[in-house]
Amino acid sequence: MTGIAILLVYVLAFVLAAAAAGLLRRGRARRADFSSLKTVTFGDESAIRPDRLASIASVVVIFLLWGAFTGSKLVPLHVSGPFAGETSFTYQSEGTGGQLSDGRVRITVGPDGTLPAGAETSDDVAVAVQSGRNKLIQLPGDARVVSVNGTEIAPGGAVPVEDGTVSMTSKGTLSFAAERGLQMEPIWLPSPEAVVGRFIEIMANGYQNYSLWEHIGASLLRVLAGFTLGALVGIPLGYAMGLSGWFRGWFDPIVEFMRPVPPLALIPLVIIWFGIWETGKVVLLFLAALWVMAIAARAGVSGVRISKIHAAYSLGASKWQILRHVIVPNSLPEIFTGARVAMGVCWGTVVAAELVAAQMGAGMMIIAAAKFQLTDIVMMGIILIGLIGFGIDLLMRQAETRLVPWKGRS
Amino acid sequence: MSGLTLNNISMRFDLPNGSHVQALQDVSLHLAKGELLSVLGPSGCGKTTLLNIVAGFLAPTAGEITLNGHAVRGPDAERGMVFQEGALFEWMNVRDNVSFGPRMAGRRKADYLPEVDRLLEIVGLKDFRDKAIYELSGGMQQRVALARCLANDPDVILMDEPLGALDALTREKMQALVLKLWKETGKTVMLITHSVEEALLLGERLIVMAPRPGRIHKEYRLPFAELGAGMDLREVKKHPDFGTTREDILSMIWNMEEEIMGHMEPAS
Repeated sequence: MTGIAILLVYVLAFVLAAAAAGLLRRGRARRADFSSLKTVTFGDESAIRPDRLASIASVVVIFLLWGAFTGSKLVPLHVSGPFAGETSFTYQSEGTGGQLSDGRVRITVGPDGTLPAGAETSDDVAVAVQSGRNKLIQLPGDARVVSVNGTEIAPGGAVPVEDGTVSMTSKGTLSFAAERGLQMEPIWLPSPEAVVGRFIEIMANGYQNYSLWEHIGASLLRVLAGFTLGALVGIPLGYAMGLSGWFRGWFDPIVEFMRPVPPLALIPLVIIWFGIWETGKVVLLFLAALWVMAIAARAGVSGVRISKIHAAYSLGASKWQILRHVIVPNSLPEIFTGARVAMGVCWGTVVAAELVAAQMGAGMMIIAAAKFQLTDIVMMGIILIGLIGFGIDLLMRQAETRLVPWKGRS
Repeated sequence: MSGLTLNNISMRFDLPNGSHVQALQDVSLHLAKGELLSVLGPSGCGKTTLLNIVAGFLAPTAGEITLNGHAVRGPDAERGMVFQEGALFEWMNVRDNVSFGPRMAGRRKADYLPEVDRLLEIVGLKDFRDKAIYELSGGMQQRVALARCLANDPDVILMDEPLGALDALTREKMQALVLKLWKETGKTVMLITHSVEEALLLGERLIVMAPRPGRIHKEYRLPFAELGAGMDLREVKKHPDFGTTREDILSMIWNMEEEIMGHMEPAS
């Protein structure tokens, strides 16, 4: 139920933000560049450009929801939190002789759980309950409780009262649980400021004997080593497969077999063969990058227009010169596309490999934190891993536009 | 013997289903040095196959080609080729494209650069020599292709519909340029085209090929290329013989196409 409610709130935020953006822009002059002047945009993919206002609103909504469900101080609106304060309920008990007597239980609910002040009559009880926990209530005498707030109760039953629920154990003892509300406990989902606080703390002090930069640096170094090795072997292999029938025949079964095997499935074997330390991880990343790069290079060779090759031959170029001046540059766009894919695969694989065994690394950080239920560190790690992966792709794209400016323009 | 000689060239492809296609049958031809030959024919008559054989990209199943007395065995810098489109190297600028041949031959920069710049000036791209290929229009790209071929100083220039992808106006300008370059350099040229007008304007000699099997159907000797070197090409088109020859060839190719369609009908 709560999940569906959250989904509805999210959809509502989507619609409201769209309406708000529409209102905000009303009356402003439309831009007059070529795409904005198109009247047919539904179905013309080239006319669809991401609305940056929507992107900003999307991120803001995620943070608002996150904050609202974790009681963040940065967010003005919150969903109902766990009950804190004083409450009470009455009960009726039956003595051994069958006489009925009324009593009242006063409860203080709070994070620390101190007893409320005030005199106790013989039938009155005061208890303190910690937020989100249950508390058994010791009643005076050995009277048997028959009703709570006027509602009959039997062993195993429960009665909803103000700010919580009173239930009866099978042995007849009352137990009180305060209203939990919709907010998440930090152990499930820490608030944004808790995650930021952890980030600052770990930046300053490190985590598990290594600084944050050593953790992230270790992961990046493994990716770089594995990717470089994979590219160094994969690209020539792909070229050879694109240029020689024997090479293609020989390696086709190997490449086509290994390509659909996810690198994660190789982890057990790699650990058995190469151990859990650096060698194993670099070998795994090498295997993750190898097939992607080989296939990209092969596609780059087969993508060369035959007229370019023919032209180079009739201009007197040798085979080696054609490889160096025609085939290699012509395949660069494909190789860059492959490199972006391979980098993404490697980054995902290194995190997974570090989950299995590592002393440092981004993946090791989150798995170690998860073992101590330090959810804020897990969240911080996930956010960092996502941001770094995005950053790597951004860098690759920049290198692509700089190094292969002719891509898609021939 | 000097010049380009095609001696009974035949080409037969085996098909996967066991049958075969006779693409060319006993094509013989001699081109003297400096001659310009246009080749016309309906689609499927083997024009491009013939050109690829002369260029050395395909080996004929029978017959021999000789250039200046020695046999043609494969592609070589002595036979330059200009393609319809997409044969330029996008990763090089205009000047590097044009100087590709000399650079691959290992010649020194000081040797070939003046010639490259002179050719760029002739084709009207002097101010574009540092531009990237994808920044040029289609017509400009074909000028680069022409200059690149000439910079390598081949004995024979093979053109595979070099102006086929250009718009009508650019095409007329380029036809004049091709004529001018041919006159100035005195190269032997073999030009394949779909345009009868272009074949008439540019070809000193013209062969019309017939399909199934590909063979030479008729050969013409034409005065228009000579006229065109000294006069506006539009004036040449007003020549009384131009119109009649064009009609002649058009109806000839038309009939061949009809015949092919007739052949196809019972099969389908």
